[in-house]
Amino acid sequence: MGKIVVVTSGKGGVGKTTSSAALATGLARAGHRTVVVDFDVGLRNLDLVMGCERRVVYDFVNVINGDANLNQALIRDKRVDGLYVLAASQTRDKDALTSEGVERVLDELRDQFDYVVCDSPAGIERGALMAMYFADDAIVVTNPEVSSVRDSDRVLGILSSKSRRAEQGGEPVKEHLLLTRYSPDRVKRGEMLSLEDVGEILSIDLLGVIPESQAVLNASNAGIPVILEDESDAGQAYADGVARFLGQERPLRFTDIPRKGFFGRLFGS
Amino acid sequence: MNLLGYFRAQRNKNTASVAKERLQILVARERAQRGGPDYLPALQEELLLVIRRYVEVDQDAVQIQVDREGDCEILELNITLPDHQQGR
Repeated sequence: MGKIVVVTSGKGGVGKTTSSAALATGLARAGHRTVVVDFDVGLRNLDLVMGCERRVVYDFVNVINGDANLNQALIRDKRVDGLYVLAASQTRDKDALTSEGVERVLDELRDQFDYVVCDSPAGIERGALMAMYFADDAIVVTNPEVSSVRDSDRVLGILSSKSRRAEQGGEPVKEHLLLTRYSPDRVKRGEMLSLEDVGEILSIDLLGVIPESQAVLNASNAGIPVILEDESDAGQAYADGVARFLGQERPLRFTDIPRKGFFGRLFGS
Repeated sequence: MNLLGYFRAQRNKNTASVAKERLQILVARERAQRGGPDYLPALQEELLLVIRRYVEVDQDAVQIQVDREGDCEILELNITLPDHQQGR
């Protein structure tokens, strides 16, 4: 029985889809059969970030409605073994994700896969609630910025009260903080909340810190999950996050500014 | 940061600590509002009815809040009585 992992945040634009793509790819690369599912009905984008946008024939809603079976809709990644994508539908029907339909598809997926990564849409409406409801683990993507932290706290509240685990009184959803777009430089100058600040406010376990990085845009431009850019800071930071998710210990990287010499400090940027 | 930047930064207030302070207050308030069980509003309503059988109080005279300390949940009930009480 596979695990359902939701990647969520409340606020938009903080890096949910980038993180979903990177984490799912990392899990598959570690040898776990993984599928990443786009819950953003109407605004499909995970396919672009994964670089499989031209191979989408059937989508999540097609499978829910029985227009296609799961194996017709799953898109196999050509780079990493055991990695699959289930695209969101472009329908404008907001009620397309029925609770029974989502449950049935997720049940079928967790039979086939070790990890089912659910890329949640922004907001706290139906798509987001559906992505969160069935989760075993939640990765809360947060930027070190007031509105993002507030929305993350809101989402944590929903996970602890409105998820299936909360309703059935089971073990609570396991929550992980993924801090993205982090600039150690600005933290040092007192212009950005530090990872300690955010950790203190949200008080959940830190899964990883992804530095603000040019590699992220470059990778999404090319449709490559940034974790496959092994040389890049963001790619390595995601790889550390995946390792920690799988229970390994990894020290934090890219959270301090590199030391500069005396002249560098005087005249550098 | 270069020398000029250093002095510039000194002039600006540390905005991150302002952000942290604002967030801590806000998050604490929002958690207090939602944390409680679903029956709280109904409980509040009924308590108000019972109290009004004896004392005429305002609509907002009954305040209920649930606090958590470790494994312990504390139901805090605050009833504000009017200055001069009239029994019935």
